[in-house]
Amino acid sequence: MHNKTLSELSDALKAGEFSSSELTRSYLDRIASLDPQVNAYISVAEQSAMAAAKAADKLIAAGKASPLTGIPLAQKDIFCTEGVKTSCGSKMLDNFISPYNATVIENFNAAGAVMLGKTNMDEFAMGSSNETSFYGAVKNPWDINKVPGGSSGGSAAVVAAQLAPAATGTDTGGSIRQPASLCGITGLKPTYGRVSRYGMIAFASSLDQAGPMTRTAEDAAMMLNCMAGFDERDSTSVQRDVPDYTATLSDSLEGLKIGLPKEYFDEGLDAQVGQAVEAAIREYENLGAIVKEISLPNTHLAVPTYYVVAPAECSSNLSRFDGVRFGYRCEDPVDLEDLYKRSRGEGFGAEVKRRIMIGAYALSAGYYDAYYLKAQQLRRLISDDFSRAFEEVDVIMGPTAPGPAFGIGEKSDDPITMYLSDIYTIAANLAGLPGMSVPAGFVNDMPVGLQIIGNYFDESRLLNIAHRYQQVTDWHMRVPDQFK
Amino acid sequence: MEWEVVIGLEIHAQLATKSKIFSGASTAYGAQANSQACAVDLGLPGVLPVLNQEAVQMAIKFGLATGSEIAERSIFARKNYFYPDLPKGYQISQFELPVVGRGNLEIRLEDGTEKTIGITRAHLEEDAGKSLHGDFQGMTGIDLNRAGTPLLEIVSEPDMRSAKEAVAYMKKIHSIVTYIDICDGNMQEGSFRCDANVSVRPKGQQELGTRSELKNLNSFRFVERAINIEIERQIDIIEGGGEVVQETRLYDADKNETRSMRSKEEANDYRYFPDPDLLPLEIDSQQIESMRASLPELPDAKQQRFISEYELSVYDADVLTSTRQMADYFEAVVSASGGEAKLSANWVTGDLAGTLNKESKDIQDSPVSADMLGKMIKRIADNTISGKIAKQVFEAMWQGEGDADSVIESKGLKQVTDSGAIEKIVDEIIANNPAQVEQYRSGKEKVFGFFVGQVMKASQGKANPAQVNQMLKDKLKG
Repeated sequence: MHNKTLSELSDALKAGEFSSSELTRSYLDRIASLDPQVNAYISVAEQSAMAAAKAADKLIAAGKASPLTGIPLAQKDIFCTEGVKTSCGSKMLDNFISPYNATVIENFNAAGAVMLGKTNMDEFAMGSSNETSFYGAVKNPWDINKVPGGSSGGSAAVVAAQLAPAATGTDTGGSIRQPASLCGITGLKPTYGRVSRYGMIAFASSLDQAGPMTRTAEDAAMMLNCMAGFDERDSTSVQRDVPDYTATLSDSLEGLKIGLPKEYFDEGLDAQVGQAVEAAIREYENLGAIVKEISLPNTHLAVPTYYVVAPAECSSNLSRFDGVRFGYRCEDPVDLEDLYKRSRGEGFGAEVKRRIMIGAYALSAGYYDAYYLKAQQLRRLISDDFSRAFEEVDVIMGPTAPGPAFGIGEKSDDPITMYLSDIYTIAANLAGLPGMSVPAGFVNDMPVGLQIIGNYFDESRLLNIAHRYQQVTDWHMRVPDQFK
Repeated sequence: MEWEVVIGLEIHAQLATKSKIFSGASTAYGAQANSQACAVDLGLPGVLPVLNQEAVQMAIKFGLATGSEIAERSIFARKNYFYPDLPKGYQISQFELPVVGRGNLEIRLEDGTEKTIGITRAHLEEDAGKSLHGDFQGMTGIDLNRAGTPLLEIVSEPDMRSAKEAVAYMKKIHSIVTYIDICDGNMQEGSFRCDANVSVRPKGQQELGTRSELKNLNSFRFVERAINIEIERQIDIIEGGGEVVQETRLYDADKNETRSMRSKEEANDYRYFPDPDLLPLEIDSQQIESMRASLPELPDAKQQRFISEYELSVYDADVLTSTRQMADYFEAVVSASGGEAKLSANWVTGDLAGTLNKESKDIQDSPVSADMLGKMIKRIADNTISGKIAKQVFEAMWQGEGDADSVIESKGLKQVTDSGAIEKIVDEIIANNPAQVEQYRSGKEKVFGFFVGQVMKASQGKANPAQVNQMLKDKLKG
């Protein structure tokens, strides 16, 4: 059962080949036996999963099933889930059980999907290797000595190791695409505002966006059909119709204009990753696409801009974790200041504290203009680069990450090198554009991804482009031996 | 040395929306602690603010009522600081681009002088919760019912030169926000309060002196007292050779003194930045025009109309338009009285206002409705009762004994206008008081009052005073 894609599972459930209860049980059993190797789940919701599966079986029997009814899914532990711990990978929320469901969770519940559990992640989604989690590092299913990428490393690992047929992730600077690349799966970060952020614990509000992490582009389309849409509880979600993302998957790519930004193929890129991306581009040419070199001249400003904007927003977003109303509170505070200092000092990990300090500094009186305001101006320049590019081409392609997965511990003492892992993904967040990572080969037996960036609300096109590639390649269907 | 005082006010008007500014929770006052705080108000992880459009409409109305600029585009910003009753660790406010910009307000002082006070801006923001320091065994209790209540912070220019001007300005703002129904104006419940920035400088000096900010003044009386005390304190310091330090001070009404709360050095760096959870607030001219159409007549216009339409004095018109309720009441009285504007004004500002004041009642809670009072005034005008008897009727109506006509009927208070009946009494009084008649006829005209009094007494006040006067004059001539 666990070798099937989401669409195959959906068909099998409807055809009565097996029940959701059987399917859910089989995944729970796999998690129990295999997850300890990768540490990808923070919580497994066995009881509620089985109950949901049973309810789904009734819907299926009654002929009331929608495509995701009865499908077991893994949810990143950043989405608030009523009754199941929502930790955001932090000691700060190790005791937090949300009294409400995130909109994304509500949407899946309404579709009759089953939540297997909550996936491990970098603490408050701050990290590119999943090493900052309070619950320990997630291991890459392709080599357990390597990182899965981050921050949605747990979600990437559960899909790669077949511990869930699909998962959700969130992407602030590459947190869906980079781990998808490093684990050999398909990941889509939609346009900012396409998926509601309500109930998704905020890291950097103007950049955060939830999306699917799946084996195939078709599965991602099925997931996005359920996730996308306007939500009156999120003022930044966009009031715009949601197309059926599965309907256009097989459209022709004849005449598709692909732009290759020369800045994405510079000396920072691993040569073999570059070759894998070039091979993928040749497949697209075979499919009728036209390739053109373009320039995104402000690419080099993306990482420094991001590391002002994201910490600034997070320094404010994380102020609510103060030990007063919920979450971690230090033992025996002597006064209010002590309560604040120790609760936050003990509850947050080093990377979170680093970013809060950077952000508070960038926003403080006398520095605001030089940092935050300047970063907003640069953000506009970066967006303008893309607007100009999309006058010439339909999509932009390049590597998702500069290299394949690195060793656990290899970069954890060097934040700057770690931050550069997201050098190709961050710009899409700053501009609010949709981006995908699609498995495109292996370098030293580790998967690497092709990144596809589209224009605003062009998710259908991205999924179509990814799907057509997946019809002529099988990188996305490879599974590490011990998880077959 | 002669000193000049410079005062600017920041008024916080709680907007009378049904729900909070960024959540659907109720804003009703006085509910059980934390029973009106939803996930958004509690600042739970993952929640997001959604702007209440009713609050925006109210801000637009305020801008229109004060002739202020209304921004086509304004921005919500986060003001970051830690406090237990501030759930998110930041307050959503407006900083660089407020919804209401520059405007002007005319104020009138008690001595009749008029002055224009500049409004710098007015912006929307959320209120914090309350910290309760008693009853928790040395701990502090937090009530978040108030967290997220919409406030309009109205900032004035430093245009006021005395505590009296500050109070007149604050009263004017109070009257406007209650007129346009965006604030209940209840100062005891904290719905309308202000911070005062006060400084002094030698008369003639251009440069401003160092200011102190007096926090949370919640009555007109406290504003006046606190400012005056602060002025004295600052002058004393300077005249004593010292320097005023920039600081935030609290007014202690019991001790009638101000004391330091925090100095400039201790002030927070609020790290303001645009709130990424909220889109810029955009207001188009159509929205502004529809709000303009919904605006009621404002205090100044109403006062002018009262003067011209009812021929009232400036003073009466001022008093009668001081609140919308009083103005509405007055106009209903005039209408029920059949157009007796002057009499109505006298009764509303006189007996009614006095009785309300004595019993600490608001006009909307008056046991004598405008209709009842108007119909009573009609009976004065048509000579059914005299003004004096009317006081009895009013008293009876206040006590709930029915409307004017039934009180007049049941108590037999109808005025006697039958000249035969009056003549009988007059003749009797003249016959029984020969000495006084003699005095009158010898030129002591003061005694006339005695005869009027006797006749009225004999008629139990019901004789028509004008007829009594005329008849007495005729008969006493001899």
